[in-house]
Amino acid sequence: MHAEKEIHFRDAAAKALLDPQLRANFRRAMDGLITKRKAQFPDPRDLQDLRDLSTAIRSRSLLCLPELLEQLEASCTKNGIKVHWAETCEQANQLILGILQAKGAKTLVKGKSMVSEEMHLNAFLESKGIEALESDLGEYIIQLDGETPSHIIMPAIHKNKDQIARQFSQKIKDAKYTEDVDELTAMARKVLRQKFLDADAGLSGVNFAVAETGTLCLVENEGNGRMSTHVPPVHIAVMGLEKVVAQLEDVAPLYAILTRSATGQAVSTYFNLITGPRGAGEKDGPQEVHLVILDNGRSRIYADPQLRATLRCIRCGACMNHCPVYTRVGGHAYEAIYPGPIGKILTPQMEGVGVRHDLIHGSSLCGACGEVCPVEIPIPEILVRLRREATHDDMASTVAGKGTGRTATEDWAWRLWAGVTKRPALYRVATWFATRFGKALPASAPLIKNWTQSRTKPVPARRSLSERMRAEGASHE
Amino acid sequence: MSSPNSSAAESRTAILGRLRAAGESGPLPPLDTAVLERRQWPAVERATRLRKGMEAVHTEFLEATPADWPAVVRAFCEREGLRNLLYGPTSEAGAALAAAWAPGGPQLKPYDRPVEAFKQELFGDIDAGFTGTVGGVAETGGLLLLPGPAEPRLMSLVPPVHIALLRASTIQDSFWSAVKALGWGRALPPNALMISGPSKTADIEQTLAYGVHGPKRLIVVLVDDLK
Ligand code: SF4
Repeated sequence: MHAEKEIHFRDAAAKALLDPQLRANFRRAMDGLITKRKAQFPDPRDLQDLRDLSTAIRSRSLLCLPELLEQLEASCTKNGIKVHWAETCEQANQLILGILQAKGAKTLVKGKSMVSEEMHLNAFLESKGIEALESDLGEYIIQLDGETPSHIIMPAIHKNKDQIARQFSQKIKDAKYTEDVDELTAMARKVLRQKFLDADAGLSGVNFAVAETGTLCLVENEGNGRMSTHVPPVHIAVMGLEKVVAQLEDVAPLYAILTRSATGQAVSTYFNLITGPRGAGEKDGPQEVHLVILDNGRSRIYADPQLRATLRCIRCGACMNHCPVYTRVGGHAYEAIYPGPIGKILTPQMEGVGVRHDLIHGSSLCGACGEVCPVEIPIPEILVRLRREATHDDMASTVAGKGTGRTATEDWAWRLWAGVTKRPALYRVATWFATRFGKALPASAPLIKNWTQSRTKPVPARRSLSERMRAEGASHE
Repeated sequence: MSSPNSSAAESRTAILGRLRAAGESGPLPPLDTAVLERRQWPAVERATRLRKGMEAVHTEFLEATPADWPAVVRAFCEREGLRNLLYGPTSEAGAALAAAWAPGGPQLKPYDRPVEAFKQELFGDIDAGFTGTVGGVAETGGLLLLPGPAEPRLMSLVPPVHIALLRASTIQDSFWSAVKALGWGRALPPNALMISGPSKTADIEQTLAYGVHGPKRLIVVLVDDLK
């Protein structure tokens, strides 16, 4: 299992690189997003101040996380929102199933939620005979083809218009073939409007949860989030436990930097604040609102002072848009719910650093992600830390699967290295051979191959430094 | 019934226990909000800024005075050939509109019963919805709405056209200052909302398309009450 996973990303990336259509689709989309983001931050001082403030807000929310979660629960309960806690995805799925079954619900219409992807909720509900339909246009497009999102903000970014046109004409009843984006959008609108009307329940994610007021904040452009949360009689919101902030004032700068970093928008079309079910005298809105708070490894990440920064993430996707690896291989190559740089640090911490060793190493550590991250998550530093954790279990850390990424070859190589360097005579012989014959060694030789499959082989100098020192002496200036 | 509930309660204890074990939390550290406080404009500029920001995302504007805005709404409906306009009879703006609405022409339809008895008509037969606002946001452009008993949530979402009444004097500098000015940070009704334009998507090849789920057009009737 573990050896098999280890090679996944490298192979999947190599395959993705050979797909010119995929590369063109991503290149065009990412270039657009980078340009639009840049235009939103004309003043570097404003940007830095806003980043500092956003980072401070996320950090202090994490600092007081248990208290804020309790406060959120109390405020929500007071407002009539029912709060549920789940340690695992399995528990969260069961909780949601229980809520739906209690209502006799057969259909669930969904706004965009990455946490529900994390839970594989759709597949779970389908297996229990409940239809879970995605209503975000991008999510709808990929659900038609049984695919997973390739980007956390724009899930169908890997597809182009022609591919979607073909797909719609085949999969939507009575649809004619068209490549006109407005017509394609209108087709989806027609199908989904009926679904909103008929759905027994709606589900959404949560961008920010406000402890003081018990408010769930949803950021969106399409209106499907509002439809999913206001039209059906039951609304279920799912959130990772890190999403809470202390007060609504804290949300303002986070919201401002989220939309700008994500899609280069100063503001989204809708910013929806949900503080309760249908109130007295209200004529619409759900009769019931449920909030499911999911852990799924987050409390373990939380326990580590350095890795805790991972939980500051506001899921803007800017790190992917700016990542030289992601923009070339696309999101699916990661075989993870969260792709790109944030996925490279989050997925191994959730699934284990050993089994997702491939992701931790699939980075050149260029630093672009850390530079654009609106909440200043030091992604490259965390990657380096996780690389060490993957091969060592000598640290008092709580990292999942620590030490399990070490291979026998690696172990053997280091032991050999240690043995040679500890014996001066042996070392001299080894370097003599390396300098004289290292050049002739093929790049495909065992051990060397592990290094050279993604780098050129280093050529050793003709004579080692100590040899030259002995021959030429050292000159001190 | 008891098993999922008790396991959820156990999860709660376990999760909070793990978080608590991770270290002391202490009081919330203070924040430096200078970058937010810098975003300030005089009242007239606020209206211009809001308009510019919202027009950039395809919102349309109609200019009006405190006296003639119902006529402006009416003229728009007639010009666009709207058959009807959904309104909230007990809201301040809705009542004022109804009082000025002459018989004939586009029909005013009240949203005065629970949606369960109104769904098919709402989704199928309504051409436009009319709501008031409780303010606007100058920095980025945006309308602030408090849907509720007088103006139900779906009025600004389901009909293909949304017409919103905005008084220039209620425009705040930023979302942050609006939250403070309106006291939203201390207590909120079940739903509050900021809207900056018509519903849109860029999910197909980054090409913008309007009206994917919500209204295809957002019309702001901007009442100049600054003089
Ligand atoms: S890690 Fe930073 S840049 Fe990446 S999605 Fe999260 S907040 Fe955005």
